[in-house]
Formats: sequence, structure tokens, C-alpha cells
Amino acid sequence: MSHPTTGVVAGSDQDLQFYVAEEHGHAEGGTMLGFWIYLMSDCLIFAVLFACYGVYGRSYAAGPTPANLFDLGTVALNTSMLLLSSITYGFAMLSMEKNRIGATQLWLLVTGLFGVAFVGLELNEFVHLIHEGAGPQRSAFLSAFFTLVGTHGLHVSVGIIWLMTLMVQVAQRGLVPENKRRLMCLSMFWHFLDVVWIGVFSFVYLLSVLP
Amino acid sequence: MFSNLDLQKLIFGRLSLEAIPYHEPILLATFAGVGVGGAALLGALTYFRLWGYLWKEWFTSVDHKKIGIMYMVLALVMLLRGFADALMMRTQQSIAFGDNNGFLPPHHYDQVFTAHGVIMIFFMAMPFVTGLMNFVVPLQIGARDVAFPFLNNFSFWMTVGGAVTVMASLFVGEFARTGWLAFPPLSEAAYSPGVGVDYYIWSLQVAGIGTLLSGINLIATIVKMRAPGMTMMKMPVFCWTSLCTNVLIVASFPVLTAVLALLSLDRYVGTNFFTNDLGGNPMMYFNLIWVWGHPEVYILILPAFGIFSEVTSTFCGKRLFGYASMVYATVVITILSYLVWLHHFFTMGSGASVNSFFGITTMIISIPTGAKIFNWLFTMYRGRIRFELPMMWTVAFMFTFTIGGMTGVLLAVPPADFMLHNSLFLVAHFHNVIIGGVFFGVMAGISYWFPKAFGFKLDPFWGKMSFWFWVVGFYFAFMPLYVLGLMGVTRRLNHFDDPNLQIWFVTAAFGALLIAAGIGSFLMQLFVSVRNREALRDTTGDPWNGRTLEWSTSSPPPEYNFAFTPMIHDLDAWSDMKQRGYVRPVHGYRSIHMPKSTGAGVIIAGLCTVFGLAMIWYIWWLAALSLLGALVATIVHTFNYDRDFTIPDYEVVRVEDRRTRALLAKV
Repeated sequence: MSHPTTGVVAGSDQDLQFYVAEEHGHAEGGTMLGFWIYLMSDCLIFAVLFACYGVYGRSYAAGPTPANLFDLGTVALNTSMLLLSSITYGFAMLSMEKNRIGATQLWLLVTGLFGVAFVGLELNEFVHLIHEGAGPQRSAFLSAFFTLVGTHGLHVSVGIIWLMTLMVQVAQRGLVPENKRRLMCLSMFWHFLDVVWIGVFSFVYLLSVLP
Repeated sequence: MFSNLDLQKLIFGRLSLEAIPYHEPILLATFAGVGVGGAALLGALTYFRLWGYLWKEWFTSVDHKKIGIMYMVLALVMLLRGFADALMMRTQQSIAFGDNNGFLPPHHYDQVFTAHGVIMIFFMAMPFVTGLMNFVVPLQIGARDVAFPFLNNFSFWMTVGGAVTVMASLFVGEFARTGWLAFPPLSEAAYSPGVGVDYYIWSLQVAGIGTLLSGINLIATIVKMRAPGMTMMKMPVFCWTSLCTNVLIVASFPVLTAVLALLSLDRYVGTNFFTNDLGGNPMMYFNLIWVWGHPEVYILILPAFGIFSEVTSTFCGKRLFGYASMVYATVVITILSYLVWLHHFFTMGSGASVNSFFGITTMIISIPTGAKIFNWLFTMYRGRIRFELPMMWTVAFMFTFTIGGMTGVLLAVPPADFMLHNSLFLVAHFHNVIIGGVFFGVMAGISYWFPKAFGFKLDPFWGKMSFWFWVVGFYFAFMPLYVLGLMGVTRRLNHFDDPNLQIWFVTAAFGALLIAAGIGSFLMQLFVSVRNREALRDTTGDPWNGRTLEWSTSSPPPEYNFAFTPMIHDLDAWSDMKQRGYVRPVHGYRSIHMPKSTGAGVIIAGLCTVFGLAMIWYIWWLAALSLLGALVATIVHTFNYDRDFTIPDYEVVRVEDRRTRALLAKV
């Protein structure tokens, strides 16, 4: 442990060093931890929206109820799009681990397309509801519904923009450590949205349609 | 074809010349004052060609020390604005009796008390606390910067953006007239159709994002970047309280963001979250905003507790009594702060069992807080106490905060709260803990760490003037409010009928004047200290015989903080190093890797601020454009992979040799 430039105190009972001579830069994994903490804070936003849905979920104000509005078939299709996109993102990460740029890009593209399909179906549902006079202004229940589902959809949309950006960056620079780190952050983000959607699907759609 | 009116609406939204309050003499005079002062400042900056320097060395800097100092400057400026509001309120309340209506009409008075609360919490206390954490924490853990230096810069500019938005409301349009938490249904579009509440919403949304990101940043910094050997239980108490504060920030600010977004949806889209009809429920807003709001007060006070711990231990020349109990008390307070939010509205009528639960959890918080007070007292016991300025603030805090804590426990009793809810007793209580706790802590922190930041001490005479004016002024200003509250006077009134009350309000106004003298003395202290900086200079970097790592490096610290990353063996690492005869290395320096400055933070935060302002005034094209701009700027920023640079070893040698010479010259 002794090194000419380390601060070993002569005559002390142990060889105590008071500083490290060699450079140690940014701690590894700081980005992952930071992003994880960010996700947890985002999770709280969803928690608030879920709480609102819990409180307002039956405040129909003499308006339409979930049983009249929700078409579980569409929602099932929608859900499968998002779940499949999570699987394909997983494939993209596996390809990334093997340093196969082409395969990574391909799986990212597939993921993005599934994401677009999900957002498209959701927008379609929204337009349909508003057309029926069941817009977010109709009752507190619909306010809470549109806000919760819409916030999730907004997140997925941002995720798609992010994914496209990363595809350009991977094409430009390949799978350099920075890009791998970014892909891993997006991976966490994408799976997180999947988990939130499972909550939305069960709590908002399934439970509300039940008698 | 558009008619002229439509075109104007399309371009300017609801912004028109009527938004400039030229019929209000007070605002006009303020506007003229700010205009002249601002023009003089900008003129001076241009004349002395300081723009380039400021832009390159400060605005775009990712150095945590400079960002910390900028936070402090922002907080100081906003303190003056918030205090001006306080003086106006105290004056109004001391004269508006019987036939005298005072000088502030209700619609103006209501904006003043709302702005006072918002500014003092979000743009005075928060930036002071964040600034101190930013400056001190990386130094105390032996790190060279924070985990995400760019985000740090961006967070700061988002906070500035929020402050700019609040300030803009003074001269263009109006601010909310709802009280500092903008409770619905009053804050709904039906009852507050103007821009006031929108100013409130967007200033807090913009600043809130900054706060959240700086919270994430500091947690990652503390968890990941401690110097080798510094286990969690060897971390300085200030770092512990900072860690807990930032955990609270991350776990509560999203709730604020969400609840304000819901209020915006109600106002902009016409949803029914907090309306009175169509299934909405205003009490949901109360619950949600206090789920953020109660942790918020601990976000402010915990770092102050940390400062007092550092100060007590340093100025008593011994280890903090009960370090472990201090840490556990902090953690317990962190957890309990989430279990008490309902005590802010016992009168909601949630029933005896719910109110009892929240009353009891509230009282339980006083146990760990009391333990802390005893820890500080036992640290002082048999210590060699040096009554320098930071220690004086600490002792004043212990007296004052204990009184505030006791009135808090009183308010935690639901039946008592039914009497005192929204009374001046409550106003006195929270000023007692925020001024006596947070603000005294900030003042202790400033006088303690100022020499570290600038290399010279603050002038003690004007510091003591400021101290005595502040402390005495505080008691004069707020003790009468306790009495008035017990007499049944409610808060936020701008006129009174009963002349018996006047003497108490006059006394409180006198206290506010003393506090004004305290603030004046503090500004004088800064001025005198800068003028006498050579006499007050400290070349050792350790003017107080400090105990933690920030005192082991030079004052001000070099850009890279530590030429060699320190290695920690014991609590109070620097004190331990001094005791064991540590010798500062004078050669063997290596080049150091550091993050580069970037203007992206200023640009993105600026665009977000423009977005907020455009939303307030319904200027939709500008809102869309600025949002798109912020998105594009963010994406462009991610294409910059070249974010670091290396400080060459000869530069490190040059800086360190200068310090070696300074240390030798001292001896």
C-alpha cells in the first residue's frame, strides 16, 4: 500500500493513507441510480393520478359509466401492443449486449412501431369517446380517466421520440458506452411504462367494467 | 378574414395594454424603481464589459460551487422582494382600523400576501437551502463535482425561470389572490378568471422541475460519490440531513407537479377535478397539496438542523454528541413527515378517529426533534464554546425554535386546532419555526461557510448588528400575533373594526421595522466585508478550526476541489487528519478530469420560462413554439458527446504551489 506520493503518516500505529493518488472519475452507475430515482418520482405522479381515479372513479355526474364506454376488445389489442413492445425492447438490449448494431436497430424500430400502434389506438379511443359526448369535461370520472390514460400515452410518445433520437445516435456513433447507457435508461423507462399500463389496464378498465 | 381584434388575440392572447397596472401608484413607483435600478445594473455590466465574464464563468458554469453561490444570490434578491411584501402587510394591518382603510385595497392586499408566501417558501428559503447544499455537500464528501453537473446548472436556471415569472406578475397583469397554496374552488376559473392563478401555477411548475432534478442529483451524488472510507455513518451530519431532504424532495415534488397540473387542466381544459359540480371535489386538492406541503417544511428545516449540528460541533471544539441518534432522528422525521399532512385541515371534518391519528403522529414528530435539541445542548455542555456569529445564530435558534415547536404541538391537538385554525396564532407558529429554524439556520450557514466560498470572513460587527435586530425584531413581530390569534383574529384580513387590537399590530409592525434593520445590517455586513476583505482574509482555508473535509482545501476551493481525493478513516475526517499529523502533499499532482461548461441549461430553461409565460397569456403560437424549441434544444444537447475536459497537471501544480506558498507565508 505504500507509495511515494501517498500520505502515509510516519510513526503512527497503522499505515494510514489520507488521500488516493490515482484519479477516480465519476462513480460508475451514477446515471443508472439517478435515472431510477427519476422513475420513482414519475411513479409518484402516476400514484397521484391513480389516487384521483380511485376517488373520482364513480363520480359519473349522471353521465356515462365505464360499462357504457369501454370496449375491452380494443383495450386488449392495445395492451398486447405495449406488452409486445416491451419484449422487443428486451431483444434490442440482448443484441446490444452482443454488440450487433444492425439487430439492435431493427428491434428498436419494431419497438417503436408497436409504441406508435399503441398511441394510435389510444388516440382513436379518445376521439371516439369525445365524439360520444364523453369528453374529459363531462364528469370527474372522465376527467380522471382521460388524465391518467393520457399522461401514460404522453409518456409513451416521449419514449418514442427518445427512441428515434437514440436510433440516430447509434447509427452515427455505434454502440459506444454512452449510447449503451442511454439505451439502458430508455429500457428502464419503457418497461416502467409497461408496468404502469398493467395497473391502468386492471384498475381502470377491468375493475371499472365489472359490475 | 380576421378582424383586427381577432388578430390581436391571435398574436397577443389575452395580453393587452390594460395588463400594465399604470393606475396603481404603488406598483408604478415600484416599477419605476426596478426599471431605473435594473437599467443602471445592466448599464454597469455593459460598461465594465462583464457580460462575457458572467456568461463564461458563471451562467454556463457546471461547477457546483458557483451554482451554489448563484442560488444564494437569487435567494437574497427574492428575500428583499418577499420582505417588501411583509412590510406592506404589517403597515396595512397597523393602520387599517375603523374609518381608515389603509393604503392597500383588498384586491392588491390579497396579491401581496399570496406573493409573500410563495416567494418566501419557493424563491427565498428553497434557493438558500439548495444553494448551501450545492456548495457544501460535494466538498464535505470529498468529491470534485455532483453526479450530474449539467443537470445542476439546468435546475438552477429553472428556479430562476420560476422567480422571473413571479416577478413579471408584479408589472404585467396580477398575481393570485388566493393565498400561497391556491386552494380551489377559489382558484378555479369560475372564481379567479384572471391571469393571477396561472402565474402562480406556471412559476411553481417551472421552478418545481428544477427542484426535483436537483434533488435527484444530490441523492446520486451523496450515495455514489463519497470519498473512499466514508461509510454512511461516517458522513457529516449536514450530508445526512441533505440526503434526507433530497429524498423528501424526490418523494414529494412530483405530487405538487401533479396536483398543479390537475388544477391547470381544470382551468384550461375545463375538467372537473376540484370544481363544485359534476363530481369534482375541492378537498382532494387540499389532501394532495398537503401531501407535498408537509414534507416541504421538513425539506426546509432538515438542512438547517444539519447546519446547526456542524456549527455546534465546530464552535464547541468537540464531536457532536449522539451522532448516531442524530442520524436516526433525521431519518425518523423524514418518514413521519409523510404521516401528518391532514393536520393542516383538521376542520375538514374527517371524523374523530382520522383526526386523532394525524394529531398523534404530529405530536410524535416532536420526539426526534427534541432529541436533536438535547444533542446540541449536550454537545455544548463542557465544550469550549466560541460565541462567533454562527454559534450565536445557533443558540438563538434553540430558544426560538423550541417555542415554535411547543405551539406546534398545541396546534396538533384537534380540538384546539378547531379554535386556532387559520388564525394569527397559526401564522405566528409557522413564522416562528421557519424564521427561527430555517432562516436562522441559513444565516448561521452563510456566516460559517462564507470564508470557504470567498476566502475572507464576514465582518463580525455588522453581523452582530444584523443578529440582534433580527432576533429582537422577530419576537416583536410575531409574539403579538400569538396573542391576537388567541383573541380570535383570523389571517389574511386587510381591515379591522375593533380598535383594541391595534396596539398589537403596531407592535408587530415595529418588529418588522427591526427586522428591516436586520436585513439592512446584513447587506451592510456584505458591503463592509468586501471592502475590508484584505484585513478579513483567511489563507489557511480553515478559519474556524473546522472538523469536516471542506476545511481541508483552500478558500475558495480550486475548481477541482481536491488535488487528491481524500481518504476517510473516522467521523469528522479533517479533525481526525489534523490530530494524526496529516501532512499536505506538495508534489505528485496528476491531471484532473472535469465536466465542461455549457449554455444548454440557460437556453432550455429560458425556453421553458417563455412557454410558461405564453401559457399564462394564452399566446398559443408562442407556447407551441417555445415547447418545441425546448424539446429540440434538449435533443440537440444530447448529440454533444464531448462533455469533459482535462485540467493539465502543470495547471494543478500551479494552483497547488500557490497555496503552498500562501500556507508557508502564514507560518
